[in-house]
Amino acid sequence: MNLDSKIPEGPLESKWSSHKFNMKLVNPANRRKYHVIVVGSGLAGGAAAASLAEQGYNVSCFCYQDSPRRAHSIAAQGGINAAKNYQNDGDSVKRLFYDTVKGGDYRAREANVYRLAEVSSDIIDQCVAQGVPFAREYGGYLANRSFGGAQVSRTFYARGQTGQQLLLGAYAALSKQIGLGKVKMYNRHEMLDVVKVDGHAKGIIVRNMISGEISKHAGDCVVLATGGYGNVFFLSTNAQGCNVTAAYRAHKRGAGFANPCYTQIHPTCIPVHGDQQSKLTLMSESLRNDGRVWAPKDKETAKQIREGKLNANDVPEDARDYFLERKYPSFGNLAPRDISSRAAKEVCDDGRGIATTGLGVFLDFRDAIARDGKHAIEERYGNLFEMYECITGDNPYETPMMIFPAVHYTMGGLWVDYNLESTIPGMFVGGEANFSDHGANRLGASALMQGLADGYFVLPYTVGNYLGEQGVAAAGQVTTDHPAFAEVEADVKGRIDKLMSINGTESPRSFHKRLGNIVWEKCGMARSKAGLEEAIQEIQALKKEFWENVRVVGDADSLNPELERAGRVADFLEFGELMCRDALMREESCGGHFRVEHQTDDGEAKRDDENFTFAGVWEYKGDETVPALHKEPLIYENVKLVTRSYK
Amino acid sequence: MEKTMNLTLRVWRQKNRLDVGKFVEYKLENISEDSSFLEMLDILSEQLVEGGHEPVAFDHDCREGICGMCSMTINGVPHGPEGGITACQLHMRHFHDGQIITIEPWRAKPFPVIKDLVVDRTAMDKIIQAGGFITGRAGSAVDANAMPIDKQTADYAMDAAACIGCGACVAACPNASAMLFTAAKVAHMNSLPQGKAEKNRRSLAMVTTMDGEGFGGCTNIGECEAACPKGIPLDMIAQLNRDYALAQVKNFFQPVL
Ligand SMILES: Cc1cc2nc3c(=O)[nH]c(=O)nc-3n(C[C@H](O)[C@H](O)[C@H](O)COP(=O)(O)OP(=O)(O)OC[C@H]3O[C@@H](n4cnc5c(N)ncnc54)[C@H](O)[C@@H]3O)c2cc1C
Ligand code: SF4
Ligand code: FES
Repeated sequence: MNLDSKIPEGPLESKWSSHKFNMKLVNPANRRKYHVIVVGSGLAGGAAAASLAEQGYNVSCFCYQDSPRRAHSIAAQGGINAAKNYQNDGDSVKRLFYDTVKGGDYRAREANVYRLAEVSSDIIDQCVAQGVPFAREYGGYLANRSFGGAQVSRTFYARGQTGQQLLLGAYAALSKQIGLGKVKMYNRHEMLDVVKVDGHAKGIIVRNMISGEISKHAGDCVVLATGGYGNVFFLSTNAQGCNVTAAYRAHKRGAGFANPCYTQIHPTCIPVHGDQQSKLTLMSESLRNDGRVWAPKDKETAKQIREGKLNANDVPEDARDYFLERKYPSFGNLAPRDISSRAAKEVCDDGRGIATTGLGVFLDFRDAIARDGKHAIEERYGNLFEMYECITGDNPYETPMMIFPAVHYTMGGLWVDYNLESTIPGMFVGGEANFSDHGANRLGASALMQGLADGYFVLPYTVGNYLGEQGVAAAGQVTTDHPAFAEVEADVKGRIDKLMSINGTESPRSFHKRLGNIVWEKCGMARSKAGLEEAIQEIQALKKEFWENVRVVGDADSLNPELERAGRVADFLEFGELMCRDALMREESCGGHFRVEHQTDDGEAKRDDENFTFAGVWEYKGDETVPALHKEPLIYENVKLVTRSYK
Repeated sequence: MEKTMNLTLRVWRQKNRLDVGKFVEYKLENISEDSSFLEMLDILSEQLVEGGHEPVAFDHDCREGICGMCSMTINGVPHGPEGGITACQLHMRHFHDGQIITIEPWRAKPFPVIKDLVVDRTAMDKIIQAGGFITGRAGSAVDANAMPIDKQTADYAMDAAACIGCGACVAACPNASAMLFTAAKVAHMNSLPQGKAEKNRRSLAMVTTMDGEGFGGCTNIGECEAACPKGIPLDMIAQLNRDYALAQVKNFFQPVL
């Protein structure tokens, strides 16, 4: 597997501009001869499809929802970062770059992160031009808030609906191109495989989720922007349909999968209420601007709260442990996610957790309300408070919120080079689906930034460069008549037939839940060698059981949510094993990956820079064969590796 | 201790577009009051699968009231009787032990039923494709702070942009009108300085497409506003009527469409 990152020569600051200058261009009249397939209509896919169509390419875009506007990006709440320095508080491209590299615990690729910081300003300009209604100050200028892991205010937001508004911007641009006939949109279509011709990605196989029809689509290249794999844990803050299928299928066709064990556990989610639960709900990180996180100092108080004998408001000040402020005085409640999550887990492990399950801590607005008034807090977080009350029945203006960490984001993904091209030539990967920018931990408000950077400002260049290199004579030459398409189509159909014919006794959801339990317990917030080894065995056994005993009711040629889930769970099962393997291989703690064997005396993550400053990239070797590990060394020329401290 | 309840569900079952469909009754036991409405349906699904039957198909994704995917009429009200929330945000604590709950799909001519509770809402996308955008090619934007927008205008645009495109307004309207949905998008874009250049074209094209897609006319009944989970106000329809009338006059003298 060739892991040439293709980082351009020259100083960090000018890499992207000189790279753009050196790219092959396609003349405007020739662009219409090419056809680009984009899978995904979220921030990354939607923005890429719209931008490529604006440039003149013909685009086919696919999503599994009934409209491109419903991609999971819609759910992002808190905000999007950009190095605008509108607050005059010392922000710059360099600082955003530095914060992101440090936030990722020095496991991201410098050149990519720098480019991300560099285009971040253009994203805000672009969104405002499209009519994204960002929050504004009375003077009419854009407002900012702070997010974790930064000491400047660089986060732009649209109430608690930033993702929605950004996605609606991309969706509007995409809709315009659909209306003009430049983009052909395929809603309710699920991609089930990639087709390679002469080693290059030239098409996909999809299932029409309404009719069950399997169809072949050919293009001059393929862009995957299919989001993250957090749902491998069954319970997560992700939407129900989020899956790893597209990425994992591509992996099986030769795309390297990088750092699958880097998953983000978000500290502020509503605690689990019982075993009927289907998803976890995030309470935006922005709440930590004003909310103070605490747990009782002693176990007895916690017990009384759990049993409903004591009201949180009656716990006196000196009996409260504001543990983030205590442990990380300079960042306080805005310590990064991995660190805050682990701190909450420690408190609960210590028997001081609240909520009926003991798996929860408080996020308290009492002091903020006393300081700024209820009205100000309502202005800032009104809809989040309502959401909280709607789910839990408690009013956070009166009693503190209860929160607990939950799976939220996945930093790992398909390996890509500087051009966002995977190890399959002609297959580009953008947004959460790739691995590139966040290292071992993502800072808040940086995923939206990355999705839009990829979609509006990177892929439109690098895809064009690839097409230019292929030459106009190659445009549109591969059609679905090529035998490779029939072969892959037969594989896809065979798999569906297999799933439908097992006729066992256990539902796909039940298998999913069992898998989720294994990975949450053994590959979640704390991981150990023994635990991971067990997990691998358990997952292998579960996978075997699945293929012998899954029951998929209904039929394959109509809308069938059970079949959809079965296919996704089958991929999650294989992927879950890969995730554990990666976690086992990485004998260090970094960012969201915490190996209990590797911690400092005070329980912080202990990196091993000498041996693990690399991206771990896995190559698929067959169903019964252990995948091969390849390493992309991470070379830091501009940032000095130090122990990450938020104290 | 968490409280639980037993329920009787009357659910619309329809195999496909052509099938006539009917209500089918199901019993459910031990539903936690902390469960969401859709989790309750998940439990029904598991129960059906266990008996070898096909579960009830329904649309859903984010399960937090933002994607607009969930779409079902509960006891006669789109998104359920609570008001101001989507079906996925509804929790069982608002129901009681022994209750009979009727669940059916959006009923509106432009939204044909695909299966059970799943309907086809692509007609709403078509309205957006006709003009629900502000043209701003990637790469052509000026600095975001170059054009200050007073907070009031920005807040109004945001109120309008909060629409999640769920279609409850259409389902609630006896005429199956999509005016509230269309008005929200037009209000969002027409109110911003960036959206002014295409204002007339937008108003005309979106209303024309709405009519063409088979949505009914608005006769000011107001059911849409009551069903809307995002509080889109009726005033926005009045504003759309004004923008549309003005655009028609302008179009007469200087055609944009
Ligand atoms: C609750 C929540 C809140 C968040 N808040 C923030 C925030 O405040 N700030 C921030 O920066 N980030 C936030 N994030 C993270 C951020 O929202 C996501 O990482 C980002 O939006 C992902 O965008 P994407 O374009 O990569 O993928 P998505 O938006 O997930 O889009 C994936 C697309 O791929 C399609 N797809 C997937 N699989 C297939 C398939 N097999 N076939 C066909 N189509 C397929 C889907 O239909 C969809 O269109 C949040 C995430 C969550 C879960
Ligand atoms: S106006 Fe309200 S009811 Fe209608 S689509 Fe928008 S959010 Fe749904
Ligand atoms: S499932 Fe997304 S709004 Fe209900």
